Amino acid sequence: MVRFFAATQQGSRPGGPQSPTADQPSLSISVTDPVKLGNGVQSYISYRVSTKTINQEDRGPEKIVIRRYSDFVWLHDRLVEKHKGIFIPPLPEKSAVEKFRFSAEFIEVRRRALDGFLKRIASHPQLRSSEDLKNFLTADEEVWAMEKARLQEGSVFKKKPGDFLQMFKEVQTKVTDVVLGKDKPQEESDPEYEKVKHYVDELEDHLSEAQKQSFRLVKRQRELGQALSEFGKAVKSLGNCEGGPLGTAFSELGGQSDVLSVKLQLQAQDLLMNFEEPIKEYVRIIQSIKNVMVDRAQAYRLQKDLSEAFKLKELNLEKLRLVRPDKVAEAELEVREMKVQSDEARARFQDIVRLMAQEMERFQEEKTNDLGTILQEFARAQAQLAADTADAWRTLLPELDKCTSEDVQTLKSSV
Amino acid sequence: MMSSEDDDSQEARLFTSTDAMESLVLDQTPISHPFLSNSDYRSAMSASTPLDESNHPLASPPKHDLSQRSFRDSNRKSFQDSPNSSSSRRSLREADLVEPPSYADAIFTPHMGDASSMSENGREVGSSSSSSIPYSPTYTDTLVITVTQPQKSQEPGTSLVPGGSSYVTYLITTRTNIREYQGTEFSVRRRFRDVVTLADRLADAYRGYFIPPRPDKSIVESQVMQKAEFIEQRRLALEKYLSRLAAHPVLRRSNELRLFLQFQGKLPLTPNTDIASRMLDGAVNLPRQLFGESSSLIPPQEASQPAKGGRDLVRLFKELKQSVTNDWGGVKPAIVEEDRAFLEKKEKLQDLQKQLGDASQQAEALVKAQQEVGEVMGELGLAFIKIAKFETEEAATDAQRVHANNTKRVGTATIKASRFHREANVQSVKHLDQLHEYLGLMQALHAAYADRSNALLTVQTLMTDLEANKLKVEKLHQAASKFFGVDKNRERKIEELKEVVKVNEAARDSAQQEYDRIKERNRTELERLEKDRRKDFLNMIRGFVMTQVGYAEKISNVWASVVEESANGLSGKSLDTTSSGSSTPNCLGPVQWMIAGPRGI
Repeated sequence: MVRFFAATQQGSRPGGPQSPTADQPSLSISVTDPVKLGNGVQSYISYRVSTKTINQEDRGPEKIVIRRYSDFVWLHDRLVEKHKGIFIPPLPEKSAVEKFRFSAEFIEVRRRALDGFLKRIASHPQLRSSEDLKNFLTADEEVWAMEKARLQEGSVFKKKPGDFLQMFKEVQTKVTDVVLGKDKPQEESDPEYEKVKHYVDELEDHLSEAQKQSFRLVKRQRELGQALSEFGKAVKSLGNCEGGPLGTAFSELGGQSDVLSVKLQLQAQDLLMNFEEPIKEYVRIIQSIKNVMVDRAQAYRLQKDLSEAFKLKELNLEKLRLVRPDKVAEAELEVREMKVQSDEARARFQDIVRLMAQEMERFQEEKTNDLGTILQEFARAQAQLAADTADAWRTLLPELDKCTSEDVQTLKSSV
Repeated sequence: MMSSEDDDSQEARLFTSTDAMESLVLDQTPISHPFLSNSDYRSAMSASTPLDESNHPLASPPKHDLSQRSFRDSNRKSFQDSPNSSSSRRSLREADLVEPPSYADAIFTPHMGDASSMSENGREVGSSSSSSIPYSPTYTDTLVITVTQPQKSQEPGTSLVPGGSSYVTYLITTRTNIREYQGTEFSVRRRFRDVVTLADRLADAYRGYFIPPRPDKSIVESQVMQKAEFIEQRRLALEKYLSRLAAHPVLRRSNELRLFLQFQGKLPLTPNTDIASRMLDGAVNLPRQLFGESSSLIPPQEASQPAKGGRDLVRLFKELKQSVTNDWGGVKPAIVEEDRAFLEKKEKLQDLQKQLGDASQQAEALVKAQQEVGEVMGELGLAFIKIAKFETEEAATDAQRVHANNTKRVGTATIKASRFHREANVQSVKHLDQLHEYLGLMQALHAAYADRSNALLTVQTLMTDLEANKLKVEKLHQAASKFFGVDKNRERKIEELKEVVKVNEAARDSAQQEYDRIKERNRTELERLEKDRRKDFLNMIRGFVMTQVGYAEKISNVWASVVEESANGLSGKSLDTTSSGSSTPNCLGPVQWMIAGPRGI
């Protein structure tokens, strides 16, 4: 029987997930053991998050915490807030339908996605050293609960007055945009960036299509497995009715149909986990890229607005010098503040631009690797399934030969 | 009953025929490939759902190039006519993006090769047919029938319907070397009504045989009648029906069939007159029969015919009374000995029919599911190809180019696999169709058994009649002996009754003969059915399994080469990224762990 071995084994690098650098130990994280906690309507799934720090010499101690989905959401949102410009790894979706929230398949899909989420963060050069990540991975239960509560409460008021102004301005620009309609004069006009935006848009369409088709394939393959099973049953009954060598032949046919039906169902499950869901994850990654684009656009508008506001204030200051000298001091202060804010906004915008460029390059590398692996695994699984199918049916042939010759014998003897 | 050469050649014919079928299918370019959509599948399986479909049993006679061509034509036609324009668009785009694979080494698989080398008589029979009945008994003489060229025709206005009503005629072409048919190749135009007539005549003349049921009449409005799809379905159904008749050892030699196939002009088979006039006839006869003006007997020659509605009302009543007597356990007539054995067999056959129906239904579901998988794969492959094209166009980094290559490779393979899936399905349909065929044959069997029951009933009725009349004679004799002297009237009556008894006896004998004849036909037909069914089903299973094996191997090869190629690509790539020293950590990202899953942990 042919066995197709995962080619990933070939590409294995020693030392685990990341090569530890001299200054920074790397993290090996896994999300396992989903457990249902709580009662009734308030029940939820908790996951075991295990972290190992890996130095160049040895593996450090393992730290284990228990987290639930909303905790992951918290971490994700914090990272989005603090690291504008970076493509934050996406979370799996909130469950849409109550009914499936606790189905084994849904839980497993989610567990894998959460696992991937943390792994991606841990392998990101900037994100891996995030304080929030550290808290998430290491804080004990009570500490964690306290932290979350504190931070959640404080998050609204944590912002400086300057930030408040920012928020206001952001709302303002949003509203203005809406009022003015689609015609936003405050947009970047970088042709390179335009190309990138266009690329990301189209890529999202393509990957969505691929994900849609792969999901349909999973479904159809399950249906085929089901149909084969029913066929096997019907054929076996028919065999019982017929009897003789023909009956045997039908029984064998039914038997192999059963065997294959099981294989198909298993492979469909495989296909879902190792093919469809990873592709779906990439669709989500692209969505996180698009979120960053929104951030960038906002940052651009903000710095534009503040820059203009600053210029305006400067002009007014000159006017005031002539008209209202008593107000000059106050105005000068405002102008200085405005300049600071404007500079800050510009710096933030440029940060985002710089980070985005880096991230896009990294994204391309990762995409090629990840999707390459996904596609390869897909091919491998298909090859295995086809080989198994051929094997299963082939075992019938000698049996069929026997039945045919038996039948011929019976005919000859009856004549 | 069939010649012994059938046994040996059957196997050979199967494999060579599947070879022929496969090379037939594979020779076609992707565009003209019979892209089985749901509607095409339906037409391949012929008309209505399998269970109520009057599908036909047994095999078709060997077909030659004429039918091969018509198979392609019919499929191409249905492909063009079908509303599934998306599939045609799709296959065209596939052809654009993917080179048609070379089928140079198209012979199935090594295993298939072994199998066909097993048989000695490699008698090649091009057995692909539009009727898709791959298994054929061989006769030394040939009778090949094809139905083509449906044409609309106008009936001259009848008094009831203003204007003319239109109908469709079909060109029935026959090729044969049977001596009774004068000529070797000829054609006639017939309409569906003629086929109904043919079927009715055969049912009358060949009671007791398993006569293939004809295609259903359809109670649809004339709008639907005109639709191309309906006409195509009917054309196919007609061809199947006539081919099955041609495959029946007795019916193929019938005058009725010959006239139908050969007689130019209006069909000389007298159709049944409509119910109304028959009732009238019956009504006319009834008073005469009731008041004894003509003999209330069934004349001998008519005794061998079943009681027809209308004409023989009295006879019908009598036979009805008889059957009620039988059912209610009255004095059973003598002829019941082997009833029990017969009934047992009948029960077994009922069971078989049920199982056959189930299996046929599940087979259809299976084929449909396989088709869906094939189609989805095609869409998936296309999505990958599009991605590859997109990434190639937008390639700003090397990574993208590599990615584009990977994706293209897998996309191409997926499309190939999809094509194989669908081809495998086309072949599977041909094999599994045998289930449908034999299911249809059960209908014929029921009809044949009904013939038998009717004939028995006739005999029993006549016997009851006879007993009654004999009793009358007896009574009159007794009455006569009691009185002194000769009663002229009574004497005459006794003489008359004696005549009646004689005719009655003759009728009963005739009916008995007919019953025996039908019984014998039932028996031989059943034997033939059992034998054919066993052989055909074994071949079906074998053919189906080999199809699956062959195509699974092909699909596996496609994927195996992808795995190999990309493995080489991957190891080459990991070397590159090591040296490039990019900011990305390594080749194995989180995805590997996602895929490795529990194994990895």
